[in-house]
Amino acid sequence: MLYLNIIVAGLLTGAVYGLMALGLSVIFGVIRVVNFAHGEMMVLAMYAAFMLNRKTGLDPLVASPLVTAALFLLGYALQRGLINRYIARPDHEQFLLLLAVATIITASLLMGFGPDARNVQLDYAYDSYEIGGVLLDKVRVLAALGAIGGVAALWAFFRFARTGKAIRACADNQVGAQVVGLDVKRLYAITFGLGAACVGAAGCLLLLLIDVQPYIATDYTLLAFIIVILGGLGSMPGALLGGALVGVTEALSGFVVDPSLKSAFSFALLILVLLVRPQGLLGRA
Amino acid sequence: MRSARFPILPRRVAAALALFIAAMVALPFFVDSYIVSVLVVVLFAAYFGQAWNIVTGFAGQLSLGHALYVGLGAYASAALFVRYGVPPWLGMFAGMALAALAGSVIAALSFRFRVGGVYFALLTIAFAEFTRILFDHFDWVGATSGLFLPVSNRASIDLLRLRGSPVMFYYCLLALTLGALALSRHLLDRRIGYYWQAIREDQEAAQALGIDVFRYKVAAMALSAAMTSVGGTFLAFYDNNLYPDTVFAVGRSIEIITAPIIGGLGTLFGPILGAFVLTALGEAMTSLTGSFAVSGLKQWSYGVALLLIVALQPAGLWPWLRARLGLGAVRR
Repeated sequence: MLYLNIIVAGLLTGAVYGLMALGLSVIFGVIRVVNFAHGEMMVLAMYAAFMLNRKTGLDPLVASPLVTAALFLLGYALQRGLINRYIARPDHEQFLLLLAVATIITASLLMGFGPDARNVQLDYAYDSYEIGGVLLDKVRVLAALGAIGGVAALWAFFRFARTGKAIRACADNQVGAQVVGLDVKRLYAITFGLGAACVGAAGCLLLLLIDVQPYIATDYTLLAFIIVILGGLGSMPGALLGGALVGVTEALSGFVVDPSLKSAFSFALLILVLLVRPQGLLGRA
Repeated sequence: MRSARFPILPRRVAAALALFIAAMVALPFFVDSYIVSVLVVVLFAAYFGQAWNIVTGFAGQLSLGHALYVGLGAYASAALFVRYGVPPWLGMFAGMALAALAGSVIAALSFRFRVGGVYFALLTIAFAEFTRILFDHFDWVGATSGLFLPVSNRASIDLLRLRGSPVMFYYCLLALTLGALALSRHLLDRRIGYYWQAIREDQEAAQALGIDVFRYKVAAMALSAAMTSVGGTFLAFYDNNLYPDTVFAVGRSIEIITAPIIGGLGTLFGPILGAFVLTALGEAMTSLTGSFAVSGLKQWSYGVALLLIVALQPAGLWPWLRARLGLGAVRR
C-alpha cells in the first residue's frame, strides 16, 4: 500500500512534468529548435506566480491563467524578435542564443529575488483525500488536474482550431505551408508562445509542490529533455507518458534507494531509451 | 568557399603566432600574480576548447557533456596520487585511457544506434550527469565530501608531482595549448582531418565516397575525450580539491564549448581567441559590477554579451578578426 501511495504521488507530479515537457516538445516538433531556456522560463513563471501570491494573496492556481498568458506573450515576442532569425542556422548557434537567453533570465531572477528558496503558504497544503486506502495530497491532485486540463486544451487547439491545424501543416511541410500562403514566421511565434504558455502553467502548478530558487532552472531544463526524449520528441501523448514515467521513477527511487540518486535513475532510463528506441516510446521512426 | 587543400600557415599568420607565443612566454615576468591566475583560467579554457573543437568543430558531432572527460582525467590522476602516490604524469595516462574508453563507448553506442544531432548532444549530457551522480556516491574518491590533494608550499616547484606555483601551471598549460594547436593543425592536414570535415559537411556524401564514417566519428570522440582528460589532470592538481558537483557540472560542459563557439567553431585559433575574450569579459564584468552589491549583475552582463556576439558575429570572432587583420579568408 505504501508503494501504491508513492506511485500515485509520482504519477500526479509526473502530470505536471508532462505539461512542462510538452512545451519543449511542441517547440521542437514544429520549429526544430531545442529550447535550452525551457527550465529558466518555467522558473520565471514560478516567480511571477510567487509575486502575485505575495502581493495580492492570489492562489497560484487562480493566478495560472494570468501567468500563462504572460508567458505566451513573452514566448511570442522572443520568437518574433530573436529566434526566427536563427531557425536555419547550425545547432551550435541556436544553442548559444538560447544559452544567452537562459543566462539572462536566471541572472535577472537572481538580481530581483536573490538566491533564497521561496514558497507560497496555502491553507490546504496539508489536506489530503483517501480513496480506497490510497492517500492523495490535495495540492498534488489539484496540480495534476490543472496539468491534464492544460494538455487537453492544447490538444484540442491543435486538433480543431484553424491556427492549430496551420501549425501542424508547418511542422509537416514547411515549404508546402509557405506555398499555400501560411505566414510561417507568425505561426512559429505562436508555437513558441504556446510552448512558453505550457511552462507558464506548469510553473504555477509546480509552485504548489516545491520551493522556487533561481538555480533550479537547469535541472528542469534537463528534466524536460529527458521526458520528451523518453516519450518521443513531437509526440503529445509521449510527453505525458514520459512525465508519468519520470515522476514515478523519481518517487520510487527516492524512497527505495536514496533521494540523491533519483535523477541518476531518470538519466539511466533516458540512456536506455535512446539506445533501444531513439525516437522515443511513442515517437514516430 | 573552403579551399581544397590547406596551405602551410600563411607568412603573416605565422609571424603573428610567433609574436603571440613570445608574448605569452615573457608575460609572467612582467605581470603580478593576479594576472597570472587569470591567464591560467584563459589557458584552461583555450585547451579544453581546442580538445572539444576536434569532435564538434572538425567532425561535426555536437557534444554537450565534455565535463565527463574533465572529471575522469581529474579523478583518475588525483585518486592515484592521493591513494598510491602515483605521479600525475603517469596518472594522466590512466585518465586518458579511461576518458578515451568512455568517449568511444558513448560514441559507438550512439552512432551504432543512429543517434545523431540534437539527440546525440542530449545523450552526452545524460552520460555526464549520470556519472556525476555516481561519483557523488563513490566513497573511494570521497563522494560528495570531496577529494583533496595535499597542499604544498607554493614557492617550491616540484614539476614531477605537479606541486608548485601558478606560474608553473601557467607554463605547463601554455605548452599544452600550443601542443594542441600543433596537433589540430597536423590532423587537419592528414587524411583523418579531411575525412572529419567531409563527415561534418555531409555525412551521407562522405559515406558514399567510401569513408568509414562510424570509425572516424568514434576516433574523433576518443581523441577529444583523451585530450580533455589531460586538462582535467592539470585542473585537479591546480585546484587541489575535487567535488563531483563542480568537476562534472553541466555548467562546466557549457563553459568548455562557449569559448570555441565565440571564437569560431572548427577554426584553429578560434578556441584560443574565444578563451581570451570570454575570460577578459568575465573579469571585466566582475570588476565593473563589483562596486554595485547586486548579485546576478555579472551573470546578466555576461548573458547580454553572449547575446550580442551571437547576434553580430554568429560564425565567431576569429573569422572576423582574421579578415580585419588582413590575414586572408578563414578556413574551417
